Amino acid sequence: MGSILSGAEAASLVRSLPGVDAVGLEARAADLGSRSIKKDSKAWAIDTAVGMIDLTTLEGADTPGKVRNLCAKAVRPDLEAPPVAAVCVYPAMAGVASEALSGSPVKVASVATGFPAGQVPLEVRLADTEAAVREGADEVDMVINRGQFLSGDLERVFHEIRAVKAACGEARLKVILETGELVTYDNVRRASFLAMHAGADFIKTSTGKVGVNATLPVTLLMMQAVRDFRAATGVQVGVKPAGGIRTTKDAVKYLVSVNEVLGEDWLSPHWFRFGASSLLNDLLMQRQKLTTGHYSGPDYVTVD
Amino acid sequence: MSERLRVKKTYKLYVGGKFPRSESGRSYPVTTPDGTELANAALASRKDVRDAVAAARKAQGPWAAQNAYLRGQILYRAAEMLEGRSGQFAAELAEAAGAEARETLGTVEEAIDRLVHYAGWTDKVASVLGGANPVSGPYFNHSKPEPLGVVGVVAPQDDPLVGLVEALAPAIATGNAVVVVASGTRPLPALSFGEVLATSDLPGGVVNVLSGKVAELAPWLASHADLNGLDLCGVEDADLAAELEAEAAGTLKVVRRPGGSGGPLDLLRQWIEYKTVWHPAGMAAGVGGGY
Amino acid sequence: MFEYAPAPESHRPDIREHYGLFIDGEFVDAENGATFKSINPANEQVLFSVAEAGEADVAAAVGAARRAHRTVWGPMSGTERGKYLFRIARLLQERSREFAVAESIDNGKPIKETRDFDVPTAAQHFFYHAGWADKLEYAGLGPGPRPLGVVGQVIPWNFPLLMLAWKIAPALACGNTAVLKPAETTPLTALMFAELCAEAGLPPGVVNILPGAGATGAALVESPVDKVAFTGSTAVGRRIAKAVAGSRKRVTLELGGKAANIVYDDAPLDQAVEGIVNGIFFNQGHVCCAGSRLLVQESVAEEVLAKLKDRVSTLRVGDPLDKNTDVGAVNSAEQLERIRELTEAGGAEGAEPWQPACELPETGYWFRPTVFTGVQQSMRVAREEIFGPVLSVLTFRTPDEAIKKANNTPYGLSAGVWTDKGSQILWTAERLRAGVVWANTFNRFDAASPFGGVKESGYGREGGRQGLEAYLDV
Repeated sequence: MGSILSGAEAASLVRSLPGVDAVGLEARAADLGSRSIKKDSKAWAIDTAVGMIDLTTLEGADTPGKVRNLCAKAVRPDLEAPPVAAVCVYPAMAGVASEALSGSPVKVASVATGFPAGQVPLEVRLADTEAAVREGADEVDMVINRGQFLSGDLERVFHEIRAVKAACGEARLKVILETGELVTYDNVRRASFLAMHAGADFIKTSTGKVGVNATLPVTLLMMQAVRDFRAATGVQVGVKPAGGIRTTKDAVKYLVSVNEVLGEDWLSPHWFRFGASSLLNDLLMQRQKLTTGHYSGPDYVTVD
Repeated sequence: MSERLRVKKTYKLYVGGKFPRSESGRSYPVTTPDGTELANAALASRKDVRDAVAAARKAQGPWAAQNAYLRGQILYRAAEMLEGRSGQFAAELAEAAGAEARETLGTVEEAIDRLVHYAGWTDKVASVLGGANPVSGPYFNHSKPEPLGVVGVVAPQDDPLVGLVEALAPAIATGNAVVVVASGTRPLPALSFGEVLATSDLPGGVVNVLSGKVAELAPWLASHADLNGLDLCGVEDADLAAELEAEAAGTLKVVRRPGGSGGPLDLLRQWIEYKTVWHPAGMAAGVGGGY
Repeated sequence: MFEYAPAPESHRPDIREHYGLFIDGEFVDAENGATFKSINPANEQVLFSVAEAGEADVAAAVGAARRAHRTVWGPMSGTERGKYLFRIARLLQERSREFAVAESIDNGKPIKETRDFDVPTAAQHFFYHAGWADKLEYAGLGPGPRPLGVVGQVIPWNFPLLMLAWKIAPALACGNTAVLKPAETTPLTALMFAELCAEAGLPPGVVNILPGAGATGAALVESPVDKVAFTGSTAVGRRIAKAVAGSRKRVTLELGGKAANIVYDDAPLDQAVEGIVNGIFFNQGHVCCAGSRLLVQESVAEEVLAKLKDRVSTLRVGDPLDKNTDVGAVNSAEQLERIRELTEAGGAEGAEPWQPACELPETGYWFRPTVFTGVQQSMRVAREEIFGPVLSVLTFRTPDEAIKKANNTPYGLSAGVWTDKGSQILWTAERLRAGVVWANTFNRFDAASPFGGVKESGYGREGGRQGLEAYLDV
C-alpha cells in the first residue's frame, strides 16, 4: 500500500479539513459512553476486549524476566480467557518477546523511532525501526515528531512516516500521534489524515508517557477519520487508543464506539487495539464476576 | 388692491416615503369641533392599507439592519424638524381642537421631547432588555430584542400628535415599520407629521400614515397576513376592538389592547421579540478535557 | 456482531389504578363522574383511569386558585414562596427515577431522555424560578412588579412534566396561582406532581391539576382566569387568541414550528450530523422546535447525506424502558396516523423517502426514522409540521438562498446553523426569523434561557429573565 500523494499535496489536503466542534464531539462521546451493556453482550465485549489488548510494558526497568512474565500472561491471561492481541515492548526487548511468544497467536509489537519523544535524528529513528523488525517485531509503534507538526512542517512529518513505513518492511505500522501534545482536536484530525496518507496501518493516540493519554472523544475523532479515509480511498486503517484505559467499563465504551461509528469491519484485533497493561486484570476480574456471580478481587488475577 | 389668496395645503396620505392621494380617489372633509371646514383629507381604502403594508414590509428589514446609533440620529432629526415647524403644528392642533395656538404649543413641545426621549433609546434597548444567559453547560447563550416586523397602529382619536408620537416612536426605535391609521376626526397633524418624517432621513416606508375611517380600515389591517403586530390604542369602540383582536388571531399577531398604559420601557417591549442564540463554548483544545 | 442485550430499567413507580382531579389540595372525581383512560403507547395497555374535568370542575379549580391567591399565595413574601419552589425542586430530584419511568411509560419516550433530560431539566426550572421569587423587582421589568392572579395553563403531551415545570414554576414564583390542564394522553406525571405538591406542603389551591381533553382546555380558557398560557399546536393557539379577544386576559402562546437546520459547506460535519439527528429524532420528533427541514449546501449535500444515513442506521428504536433505546414509541394512534398521512403525501408529491432497516415492535405505535430527499420548498413535508421522526432534506447554493428558504414559512420558533466561521454564524443568526437559534448545536434548553417563537409560532417567552414578563403586571 502506498500513498499516491506527494508531501505537499498531503499537507495541503489536511490543512483544508473542516474543523471539529469540541463540545459536540465530547457530547457524542458521552452519549456513546452511556450505553448499558449487560449479560451476554457484556461477556462478549469482555472477551473481545481481551483479544484486542496490546499488553504493554515500556519501563526503563524492563528485564527479560519481566517481559517473559508478560508474554506468558498474554498467551494465557487466565484459565479461560482468550489470548491478547500482542505484547508491546521496547526494541531491546523485542527479541525476548519474539522468542517467548513463538508458536502462539500473540504478536510482537515494538515501539521505535526514539520512543516516546522521537527527538532523535531521523537516521537513528530508522535504525531503531529496522532493529525492532530484525528482532522479530510483527508490528512497529512509531511516534511522530510533534515538534515538527506543531511548527507547521507537515510535509516533513509526512516524509518521515513514509520513511519509517519503508523501514518496517512486512511489519504493520502504528503511528502514535501523541494527541495529548497536539492539544487540539483539529490537530488530531490533521495528524490522523497525514499519517494515513503516509501509509499508516494504524493510528494510535498516545505513548502513555505524557499527562493526557487516550480519551474517548479523541479516539472517537480518530475513528471518524479512519471511516472517512476508507470512504475516500478504499483503504482501511486501524485505531489504537493507548494509555489511561484501565477498567472494563472504559473498554466497553470504546467497543460500543467502534460498533456504532465504524461497525463490524473494525470489530477485530486486526483493526482495533487497546494499548494497556492494568486493563487486562480488570477485564479478567469482571469476567470472573460474570461466571461466578460475585465480585472478584486482585488476589484472584496474576500480577505480572 | 385685493388681498392675497392663501395657498392651502392638500392633505395627502404618506405611503412608502411619498404623498399619494387615496387610490380610491376619495376624500372627506375635516372640520373643527364647531363644524368649520378645515380641509379635505384623503379617505384611504383597503387598497391603500395593502400598499402601505407592502411599503412597510419592504422598508422594515433595511431599517432594522441600520445601526442603532443611526436610527437614534434619525429620530432626533425628526424632533429637530418638528421643533422647526412647531408653530404650524400648534396651529393645526388648535384648529382641530377649537383652541388657540398658544394653548397647543405645549403639546407640540411635549411631542418633540418624546421623540428626543426615544431617539436615545435605540442604542440602549438591547442592553437593557437582552443579555447573556448563564446556562448550565458549555455554551455561550445570549438573548437580544429584535423588532417584531410590521405593526399596524390605530392612533388615538383625541390626542392627534402626542398620542401618535407615543405610538410610533417606540415601534420604530426598536426597528419596526408601522402603518398608522390616523385619528379619524383629527387626521391633519398626523398627515403633517408625515412631512416631518419625510425630511428627517427616515427611509420611506418605515412609517406610513393613512387617514380615513377606523371602522373601514382597521379590519383590513387586523386581517392582513403580512402584519406582525396590531396597536389598538386608538380604538374607542370596545366591540370593534374585540373583533379586531379576534381577526388578528388568525395569523397570531401581537395585539396591544385599547386602554393599555405603561412607561416607555413597556412600550418598547410591546413590539419586540427576543431572539436567543446558543453556541458551544468548548475550547478548541478539548483533547485534555477530562473525560 | 456486537448485539446489545436488553437493558430494561428495573424501577417501577407506584401508579394508582385511578386518579382524580387535583383541586384545592384534594384529589376529587369530576362532578359529572366522567373518566378516561391513559394507555402506554409502547404496548397499548391501559395504565390507569383518570377523572375528566368538566365546566363545573374548572369553575371549582379556578375558584380555589382565586381563594388561594387572595388569602395565602398573594400575601406571602417572595422569600417564603421561593422556599416552597426550592422544596419542590428538591423533591423532584429525590424522586427523579420514579418520575422518569412514569413519564416514559405514559408518553412512550425513551427512559434515557426522561432520565437525563426531562426530569432534571424540570427540576432545574423549579430551582431557577425559586430564586426569582424574592428578586422580581430586580428583573428589570419595572419597580413594582405584581402577580396577575390566577393563571390557566394548557400543556402538550410531548414533554409532559417539563412543560408543566415551564408553566407552573414561573407562575408560582411571580406570585400567581395556577390551574393546569395536562394533555389527555399524558396526565400521569402532572398527577404525580400534584401528589408532590401535597408532600411539599404547598397551600391548597395554589396548584390545581385538571386532566381532560380539548373541551376541558376550552372551558379553562373561557373561565375567569387572569392569564392563559398555552403550549401546543398553532391551530389551537389561534382559537385561544380568538377566545380571549376583547377580554382583559393576558395570553402567551408557544406553538408549532418547521425549523430549518442550515449546514454550510465548511461546517464541522460529524458534529453537524449529530445535530441533525438530535434535531429531528430526539423525542421521536415530537418537538415543536425540531429541526425538521435540513437545508444543506449543495457542495456537501452528498457527503452529509451519506454520513446521516450511516448514523440514522445506528439508532435503536424500541422499548422505551430499555436504557439503550434512542427512539421510542409515537405518543398516540392519532399522532401516528398524522405522521403516516404526511409521510405518504411526501412520497406522492415526489420526495424520496429513506428509512433504516430496523425492526419495530408488534404492538404499540411506532414509526421508523425517515429521511426525505429531493424535497422541494412547495411540498407539504417541507411546509407542514409533522411532529414525528421525519426529516425533509433541501439544498441551497448560497447563504442568501439558505436564509430565504429558512424564513419562507409562517412559523418562526427555532433554527440551526452549522459553520466554522464566526462571522457567518452571526450573519445567519441575525437574519433567521426565529425565537431561538442554535449555532453548531441543536435542541439545547435551559431554565436560564428564554424560549419561544415569532410569527405563527406564538408570542411570549418561557425561561430566563424575559420569561417572567408573562406572569407579572409591571
